[in-house]
Amino acid sequence: MKLDAKIPAGPLAQKWDLHKANLKLVNPANRRKYRVLVVGSGLAGASAAASLAEQGYQVSCFCYQDSPRRAHSIAAQGGINAAKNYQNDGDSVYRLFYDTIKGGDFRAREGNVYRLAQVSVDIIDQCVAQGVPFAREYGGLLDNRSFGGAQVSRTFYARGQTGQQLLLGAYSALSRQIGLGQVKMYNRHEMLDLVMVPDSSGEPHAKGIIARNLVTGVIESFSGDAVLLCTGGYGNVFYLSTNAQGCNVSAIWRAYRRGAGMANPCYTQIHPTCIPVHGDEQSKLTLMSESLRNDGRVWVPKSKEVAAKLRARQIKASDVAEADRDYYLERKYKSFGNLAPRDISSRAAKEACDDGRGVASSGFGVYLDFSDAIKRLGEDKIKERYSNLFEMYERITGDSAYRSPMMIYPAVHYTMGGLWVDYNLMSNLSGLFVLGEANFSDHGANRLGASALMQGLADGYFVAPYTLSDYLARTGAGAPSTDHPAFKSAQAQVNDRLNRFLSIQGDKTARHFHQQLGKIMWEYCGMARTEAGLKKALQLIPELRAEFWKNLRVPGTGESLNMEIERAGRVADFLEFGELLCRDALDRDESCGGHFRSEHQDAEGEAARDDEHFNNVSVWESQGENKPPVKHVEPLVYEEVHLAKRSYK
Amino acid sequence: MSQNESSAGMKLTLRVWRQPNASAPGKLVDYSLANVSPDASFLEMIDQLNEQLIHAGEEPVAFDHDCREGICGMCSMTINGIPHGPERATTTCQLHMRHFKDGDTIVIEPWRAGPFPVVRDLVVNRESFDRIIQAGGFISARTGSAPDANEIAVPKQVADYAMDAAACIGCGACVAACPNASAMLFVAAKASHLNALPQGKPEQDRRVLAMVRTMDGLGFGSCTNIGECSAVCPKEISLDHIAHLNRDYLVASVKNYFSKVE
Repeated sequence: MKLDAKIPAGPLAQKWDLHKANLKLVNPANRRKYRVLVVGSGLAGASAAASLAEQGYQVSCFCYQDSPRRAHSIAAQGGINAAKNYQNDGDSVYRLFYDTIKGGDFRAREGNVYRLAQVSVDIIDQCVAQGVPFAREYGGLLDNRSFGGAQVSRTFYARGQTGQQLLLGAYSALSRQIGLGQVKMYNRHEMLDLVMVPDSSGEPHAKGIIARNLVTGVIESFSGDAVLLCTGGYGNVFYLSTNAQGCNVSAIWRAYRRGAGMANPCYTQIHPTCIPVHGDEQSKLTLMSESLRNDGRVWVPKSKEVAAKLRARQIKASDVAEADRDYYLERKYKSFGNLAPRDISSRAAKEACDDGRGVASSGFGVYLDFSDAIKRLGEDKIKERYSNLFEMYERITGDSAYRSPMMIYPAVHYTMGGLWVDYNLMSNLSGLFVLGEANFSDHGANRLGASALMQGLADGYFVAPYTLSDYLARTGAGAPSTDHPAFKSAQAQVNDRLNRFLSIQGDKTARHFHQQLGKIMWEYCGMARTEAGLKKALQLIPELRAEFWKNLRVPGTGESLNMEIERAGRVADFLEFGELLCRDALDRDESCGGHFRSEHQDAEGEAARDDEHFNNVSVWESQGENKPPVKHVEPLVYEEVHLAKRSYK
Repeated sequence: MSQNESSAGMKLTLRVWRQPNASAPGKLVDYSLANVSPDASFLEMIDQLNEQLIHAGEEPVAFDHDCREGICGMCSMTINGIPHGPERATTTCQLHMRHFKDGDTIVIEPWRAGPFPVVRDLVVNRESFDRIIQAGGFISARTGSAPDANEIAVPKQVADYAMDAAACIGCGACVAACPNASAMLFVAAKASHLNALPQGKPEQDRRVLAMVRTMDGLGFGSCTNIGECSAVCPKEISLDHIAHLNRDYLVASVKNYFSKVE
């Protein structure tokens, strides 16, 4: 596997501009000769599909939902960062760049992150022009809020529904192009394989996908000049996460199995403010936006005895005297307090609960208390800022957070790892581009709040349209026929696999196996990881996978809408991917960001990096089913930033 | 009841619409389900039913769902005759079983509307909504062509009004609840959102005419101001938007009569 990051030469601040000036272009009249396949219709996919169609390319876009507007970007609540410095509080492109690098615990590429910070300002302009109703001040100008890991207010928001509004903006741009006939949209289609076709010199290029029509069950081949995977993250490998039910790893896993490198899969983000787990039937965890930490104070009782009484509901939170409360984030992280980054806040909650001071009935929950903010600002102000979140909380738990503190606990939320891409967002496979959460590129080992929306839209609106054009200009138009043997063979493999699911006729459901996998992942590869635990997981997962292929039951047939065959395919891929994730976590013998190895912590329990051995990207190459993958390394080169111990104290 | 006071599970009778595909006839089938936790969401209860069905060798109930946090708009069940069930401002996925009683019979059907044909069981096809947006539910702003975001000031009241309308999740409950299967609340919400903003003004007349014409062409019924749509809307989109759409449509039609705006 050849890993050339292709970071352009020149000073950091000029790399992107110089690079753009050197990229090849396709003549406007020739663009309609190219067809681009965009898989996924979230922020990255919808913005890329719309922008490429506007440029004149023919685009086919695929989503598994019944409409592109449903992609899971829609659930992002808090906001989107941009270095506009509208608040006059010292923000700049450099500061956003530095905060992101530092927030990622110095495990991201300087060049990519600087570009992200640069184009962040264009994203806000673009979204406002589309009619995204961002929050405004009375003067009519845009409002901002603060988010974790930053000391400036640079987050733009639309109440607690920023992801929804940004996605509807991108969806409207996409819809316009569908209406104009420039994009062909395939709803309820799921990509099940990537098709690589060799060019005249024998080099394989990504030229198509195999997708299943989820309504008719028909397996179809789609051919194009390039493939863009915008298929989101793999948080559902943990079964319980804040991801939507359908979010899956299959598209990037199938690409991995076709030769694409999987980078840093162990970088997973556990979000500190989610509603605690309630029982065994639970299917998902619900996030409460990090923006709540602007006004909410996180605490647990100082003593285990008081915590036990709270758990048993013998006393209420308001009965606990101020002096008996431990506002542990404010205590430990004086300068960032309740706005400490996500990985740090999550681990602090786990520590408090492991210490026996958790307050939910399960023992796994801490308070997020708004009583001070309500006293200071009044209930109306709090309502204006967070009413939809408070309502959601009450609907799920039956409790009002205006009357008593919220109970929260960390949950899997985002995955920083993903397919390896170079500066152009192209994977090591020619013609395969990966955008948004599906790639590994910008967040290092931990993502800051309000940066996921920024990255998805940066990739789709402002990066891929340039870099993809360069690739297309170099290769020339000419999508292969779907009669090509590569399509025939991939289609046959997909069919075989679906038939295997149906033919096992065991007595356990795909959901059962998914739950079991989730338990292993959370227990041994969750917020804190150890060598012994990871080795245990690496033994348990292959056993579970073997049982899956012996004892799975999928009812019905493949020739109709069949939710169980969809689930079986996704779980089968998670069962392979989960093993790789644990392998990567075991291999990365350091702590950094969201990857916390208990063996590597300083005296105060903070993550201890090992820059000498692990200042790099781990990229895994598949060797085929049930064979150990091979690891490659891309060294991280820091020209601008001095590697420092991350401190938020 | 709060989540920490939940007691033992409930036993329910579920009367569910089963229909193998779009062209086959459907019927209501009764299932018995025990041990339902009051803390479970409605869809987690359906998950439980489906696990039971699969173990009994039957096919599970097909239903649409994704985010399970009330924002994607994919879940769509008519529960005891009401789209999204009995709770105000709540999607099916955010409805919790604590609102039902032990021994209840719950009738579960798909959205019922001509432009939303049943695909299977509780799954319907809502692509007609996408078609309406494709016709005009956008502001034409090519990527890269935008001025600075603070160049145009938008009064806070206007931005808030646009946001109220933009909160629509496109689930289609409004159509399912309307005796006429009208899509006016959905169309009005999008038109209000975009027409209210200064950025949306240049295309306002074209937008309104194109969206309404497409809506009518897809077979949605007319609005007769019944208000069921707003009553079941999980985002509580106000009927006022329909009045605004009617006004904008009238203005656009008159302008179009004298000189084509399209």
